[in-house]
Amino acid sequence: MRRVWADPKYLIVCLITLVLVAGEARYSILGGYDRLATTLGVCMATEVLLSWWLRGRVANLASAYITGISLALLIKPQANMLWPFALGAFLAIASKYVLTYRGRHLWNPSNFAIAFLVLVASDSVAILSHQWGNDLRINLVIWAFGLAVASRARVLHVTLTYVVCFTVLALLRNAIVGGPVLAELAPITGPMYQLFVFFMVTDPRTTVSTRPGRMVVVAIVALVESLIRLAGDFQVPLLRPLYVSPPLLALAIVGPVAMWWDLSRQAKKS
Amino acid sequence: MNHASWRRVFVMAAFIAAGAGVVLLNRRGTGSAATWDPIRLSEVAHASGIDFVHQAATLDPRIANIAPHIAALGACVSVVDVNNDHWPDLYFTTSRFGAANALYLNQKDGTFRDVAAQAGVASLNRAAEGASMGAVWGDYDNDGLEDVLVYKWGYPQLLHNLGNLHFADVTAQAGLRRWMNSNGAVWFDFDRDGLLDLYITGYFRSDIDFWHLRTTRIMQSSWEFASNGGKNLLFRNLGNGRFEDVTDAMGVGSTRWTLAAAAADFNDDGWPDLYLANDYGPEELFLNLEGKRFELARAGLADDSKSGMAVAVGDVFNRGRYDVFVTNISERGFLFQGNNLRINLLKELGRFNEIATGVVADAGWAWGAQFGDVNNDGWLDLVVVNGFISADSGRDYWYAMSKVAGAQGNIFEDAKNWPPIGTASLSGYERSRVLLNRSREGPSGGFVDVALEAGVTDRLDGRGVAMADLFNVGALDVVIANEKGRALLYRNTATPLHWVEFKLIGTRSNRSAIGAEVTVEFGGVRQRQVVDGAMGFCSQNDRRVHFGLGKSTLDRVTIQWPSGTVQTVGGLAADRLHEITEPPK
Repeated sequence: MRRVWADPKYLIVCLITLVLVAGEARYSILGGYDRLATTLGVCMATEVLLSWWLRGRVANLASAYITGISLALLIKPQANMLWPFALGAFLAIASKYVLTYRGRHLWNPSNFAIAFLVLVASDSVAILSHQWGNDLRINLVIWAFGLAVASRARVLHVTLTYVVCFTVLALLRNAIVGGPVLAELAPITGPMYQLFVFFMVTDPRTTVSTRPGRMVVVAIVALVESLIRLAGDFQVPLLRPLYVSPPLLALAIVGPVAMWWDLSRQAKKS
Repeated sequence: MNHASWRRVFVMAAFIAAGAGVVLLNRRGTGSAATWDPIRLSEVAHASGIDFVHQAATLDPRIANIAPHIAALGACVSVVDVNNDHWPDLYFTTSRFGAANALYLNQKDGTFRDVAAQAGVASLNRAAEGASMGAVWGDYDNDGLEDVLVYKWGYPQLLHNLGNLHFADVTAQAGLRRWMNSNGAVWFDFDRDGLLDLYITGYFRSDIDFWHLRTTRIMQSSWEFASNGGKNLLFRNLGNGRFEDVTDAMGVGSTRWTLAAAAADFNDDGWPDLYLANDYGPEELFLNLEGKRFELARAGLADDSKSGMAVAVGDVFNRGRYDVFVTNISERGFLFQGNNLRINLLKELGRFNEIATGVVADAGWAWGAQFGDVNNDGWLDLVVVNGFISADSGRDYWYAMSKVAGAQGNIFEDAKNWPPIGTASLSGYERSRVLLNRSREGPSGGFVDVALEAGVTDRLDGRGVAMADLFNVGALDVVIANEKGRALLYRNTATPLHWVEFKLIGTRSNRSAIGAEVTVEFGGVRQRQVVDGAMGFCSQNDRRVHFGLGKSTLDRVTIQWPSGTVQTVGGLAADRLHEITEPPK
């Protein structure tokens, strides 16, 4: 128990397990245990195989577990399709070994896989939106636990920076596009954002090295997301593939660029 | 290269292969119908004298921001032989105040004539009375004439058929004048007393008057498990022209935003059950406990929450069971709920198994659907109509709606918090589907979409769809009611294979024979159909049941009457309509 409390990674494991259990018990959010088994199984197996094969030792599986559950919760494919879970899980974990720069992977694994799937396979794959009962109480519980864990994991500044930026930019968007202000604020009250702010933007392996840097990067993510949303409001047809999940796709665009810049900067320093 | 490098190259290759796999698997095949008995449908509405155009209701300006979304219902069609001349007639509803519903009388020469005004069933859309949302026909007083219940956003209207192509409004004396926001109703004899009872579904809450709103907090509280819709009501027919509200006593007062209901004996206990398609919530199956009460079945439905729009009941694999098709929403990238094709395994497993994939699962934003053997090959095909709002094709409301869809319920429950839809489309311009059943090859044969080959090319916003052999030639025609669009009549022009049809007349059972089941044996299989008191979404098929026989001869026919009488008939000729009267006890 002491180890769990000491290592933020295990706290995040606990939190995402809480999200999974609560979502499944209350809303059957998985849509079938075969989906969970597939994603978790492929994530774990890929992590074991690739870490042993390429690095000569089996990696800690906490990260693969978090990725597997994130994918199982976030991917909402066409009826009875399992392949998006299997291939998404493989692509997510393999991206850590293939899409690297100076020994570090550039994308958050689940973020990469989901962005790839919704952009390349939009005829088959959508992502989590309303499949959470739209229930305030359970979301409040998860936000409360999430904020506590983020604080303990020393990433609360990332989460809060994003939330503040999202709110400010939502008000700004509302000033530009009009309509009900709650419509612009509404997305952040949804379940997809829980997974986003607690498990993706805060991923220590794919964020930049300094605290101010992380805050700036997450602010840029929120800004790019807002630009995507504005394009959606102004019906820019070319960007329609991005409208299905502005925050995840904004992170997929900004995250690796920031990592590359940070790693390059560190290399120059040393 | 050293070992490590080779390994890295190998992993890179696997990574690229997995990405390519995603691309390939995303391209789904639709199958081929080249070797199958063809379906030929020709759109002849105008040529047949049907020029009906649905008009949407105009609602309170307080919900103008999403009025096109809310008012996108009401284009419905039902089939009835209103004058007992053995030629099916058609009744269409429209929704704008002042606009007239239409009763198209079959002229027996391939054309129809609207007689609604003189019959007194046209001018039902009036301020303070409400807007028509559909109609179901049934002979509630067993006088040999089909009466009609028009359900509305407003007061439903029961119109008694006087027999001279005139109708009298008997709603008040029947005890049915209750304000509801209903999009469905079904006639069925739940207590098997020989009198048709009535189940009217509630969609929006019944305290909402869409023309005088007291609040904009009228929407669903959840997209998944909402139960703040209108209450469904069950009315028992007392036999003296009056109906009694027995909803609570019978336990069927669901408030789950029901859009469609169908009745059939799903568990083979001899009593008609109720299957509900609920928007923003799971489907519900209410099992009839011998007419004394209904029980919500645990049949694998409760956890599978989608946006049910229509219930079609059919014996998909010729097993003598009632399987269920429920339409839902699919939109690229945003949402894949998928239609449900639920195979009835109540006897074996106490549940339905959902098996929809491919073209069955994904028909866009699907609304009405019906089973029917359109090519007479002995297997029930599916017709599905689609599309929600076809407006400005350059503007799309999906992104704007997605802002509130994933949010907390108390935000989108208030209509004023929804982004304005303006002139945008929402899953608009989707084509209708004709899904050919290939189960002759075995259960893995599945369905293939042959709409384009069959001649079904419309991209209107379909709502109700009904099937009937309108021209008495032994082939099912397809009638589609389109929201804010013209009605379509697809005439079946294929050379028919063998077929048989039955018109049933109840004596101890209700005279419309609604709920009667016909099982036809042919070619080593048997197919079971029920005379429906409503089916699909806001629609009703002909009370005459139609069976395709393929190239087989007709064997035994068994009729299970609602009274409980089982009648077995042999030696009937194929390729004709048989009128069968319920035998005495």
